[in-house]
This record gives sequence, C-alpha cells and structure tokens, in this order.
Amino acid sequence: MKNIWNQLMDGIIRQNPVLVQLIGMCPTLAVSTTLENGVGMGLAATAVLICSNIAISLLRKIIPNKVRIAAYIVVIAGFVTMVDLLLQAFAPELSKSLGLFIPLIVVNCIILARAEAFASKNGVLASAIDGLGMGLGFTLAMCVLSTIREILGSGTLLGYSLFGAGFQPALMMILPAGGFLTLGFLIALMQYITAKKQEGGAK
Amino acid sequence: MSLTQIFSLAISAILIENFIFVKFLGCCPFLGVSKKIDTALGMGLAVMFVMTVASAVTYLVNTYILMKFDLEYMQTIAFILIIAALVQFVEMVLMKMVPALYQALGIYLPLITTNCAVLGVAILNVEKGFNFIGAVCYGLFAAMGFTLAIVLFASVRERLEFADFPKCFEGFPIALVTASLLAMAFMGFQGLKLPF
Repeated sequence: MKNIWNQLMDGIIRQNPVLVQLIGMCPTLAVSTTLENGVGMGLAATAVLICSNIAISLLRKIIPNKVRIAAYIVVIAGFVTMVDLLLQAFAPELSKSLGLFIPLIVVNCIILARAEAFASKNGVLASAIDGLGMGLGFTLAMCVLSTIREILGSGTLLGYSLFGAGFQPALMMILPAGGFLTLGFLIALMQYITAKKQEGGAK
Repeated sequence: MSLTQIFSLAISAILIENFIFVKFLGCCPFLGVSKKIDTALGMGLAVMFVMTVASAVTYLVNTYILMKFDLEYMQTIAFILIIAALVQFVEMVLMKMVPALYQALGIYLPLITTNCAVLGVAILNVEKGFNFIGAVCYGLFAAMGFTLAIVLFASVRERLEFADFPKCFEGFPIALVTASLLAMAFMGFQGLKLPF
C-alpha cells in the first residue's frame, strides 16, 4: 500500500512530468488558456496514459525490440482515437475547444516516455498506477497553469467573472507569450523550492 | 493555386501564424534542440524535409484511401504511421547517401516522429481543405516558420550563457521567458493585412 502511494506521489509531485521532467510542453502551453480546457486535456491524456501503459505492459514480451517505438505509437494512437470519438459524442463543446490538440495527444512525449521507460519493463498493476500518477501530475500542472492564465488573462475562473466589470484583464496572458512566461516562472519557482530544501538538508 | 495565393500562404504560415509562437506546435524540439545554432539549423532543415514530404503523402492517402472508403476515423492512426515510416525511410536514405549529414543530425532524426508540428500540419491540411499543391506548400512554409523560430531562439540562447540572472531561473525557465519575449515580438505580425 505504501509503495503504491509512493509511486503515485512520484508521478504527481517528485517526478512531475511537466514541472520536473520538462516533457509534454506543447499541449501544456497550448490549451492552458482556461481552467476547463486544462482539466479536460489533463483528464483525456490521463485516460490514454493509463490504457496505453496497461496495454503495453501486457504486450511487452511479444513486441520485438526493434519495432517497439512504432508498436507503442500504434497502441497509443488507437486509444487516442477512442478518446477523440468519445469526446466528440459526449462532450462536443470541450472537443471543439481542444480541437487539434486531441489527436495530438498521440505525440505527447509524456505518454511515449512512460511506455518506453516504465510500462515496457514492469508489470500490469505497477504500470497502471504509474500511468495514473503521471497523468494526475500532468493534470495538476495543467490546473495550476491554466488557473493563473485564466484569472490574469480574462479575469474569470471556470467562466465566472471574478473581479466585476471594471477589471481590465491582461490579454497577453492568454496569448502564447503569456503561456511561455507563466510556465517559465512556475518552473523557476519549483527550482527555487528544490534548491531551498537541499540547502536546508545540507545544514 | 495562383502565385499570389501561394505567396500570401507563405507570409501567413511563416510570420502571422508561426507554428511555434502562435500555434504552439513543435515546442518540444524547439525547447530541447536549441542550445546551439548549428544543431538548431540542422533540426530545422530535417523537419522542413519531413514536413513537406509528410504533407504530400498524408494528403494522397487521406484523399485516395481514407475518404474513398469512409475511413476518416482512422486518420490519426494512419497519419502517425505514415510519419513514423517516413522518418525511418529518411534516416536510411541519409545514412546511405549523405553520411555526413546523417552524422550531424544523429539523434534528432528519430525525434521528428514525435514532433507534433508534423502530425499537426497533416491534420491542419485536412481541416483547411487544401488541394495537393496547397498542402505541400503549407507543409513547407510551416516548416520554414519552425526553422526561423528555432534558429532565432538558439542565437538568443547562445548569448544567454553569459547573462546574469537569478539562480533559480537557470536552464529551462530563462529559456521559456526568452521564448515568451520572442512570441511577443511575433505578435506584431498579427496586424499584417493580406489580400486574401
């Protein structure tokens, strides 16, 4: 039980894919303009990550080493297509606002990286938990980033106005420039905290 | 497509809708392979080649196979397979024909498979309803925009080595702040009015 908890926390905090491992940047930057989009994207990627980790872990002894990357990509693309079709059917609004970035989950480096680094070497249960942890870590990063950008950029949260009509939002924050800037400061904050902790440990 | 249309497509794909600074496609190699101008240029050229050929092949497959047999829902799987095969093919050809370039690009070639700009351009071609020439041109111009962005970014980053900034910004954060400033500069192109 403790192991499982540790593994989850690894994915969510200590090895957070976006803020610590620095992978999966494109969707992170592109769809984090509103909290709703951010959470939707995070959960969609989590679903794909768990399924693909399970499938690849099951197939790990069958897939020949030489064509493994191509095989992983096909597995991932299959699950992404499923998620895409499901979203189109049950959440057409979200599907429309995420647009191009749903099929692009296929090339999200986080998913391929976990398949290669974890699922291809570990059992089914461990891989599923790893997928869940990493997926939640991605979702968490998306939430933080998109909350900051939505509040500063449009003065709303989940579509509700926060500051009344007189508030002039900084439009730049929901534009690409603001995305790069917010993520840069977030990662700097992460590095600052880690450095402080190490200093404390050294003393 | 007339020449003026192609020209305005070029301006809009390279500057106004730059893949990295406006559309956020291809950020991973953009941030990962931009420490030196040489490697950035090599990556840009490789992407340019793959994206142009990928646009052509995915257009043909989409029009003559997927749409003909009502298999549009297989689009993502088909496109990514084509791109993966294409990258592998380019790798083999380069290894045999131009070993020097192959050596220089080395690890970056397989990385192109997971460059979302390549899959992105294939899907955008379908969404925008381009014809064959339009699709190929769009692929080429979008890749030129990518190359321009990554080379600009790499040249700024080379200078950053000597800059003095807070320690916690070292590495990735300062690169992201730089990218943000470049993106802001590219926002200036939004005002360009094209005849089409």
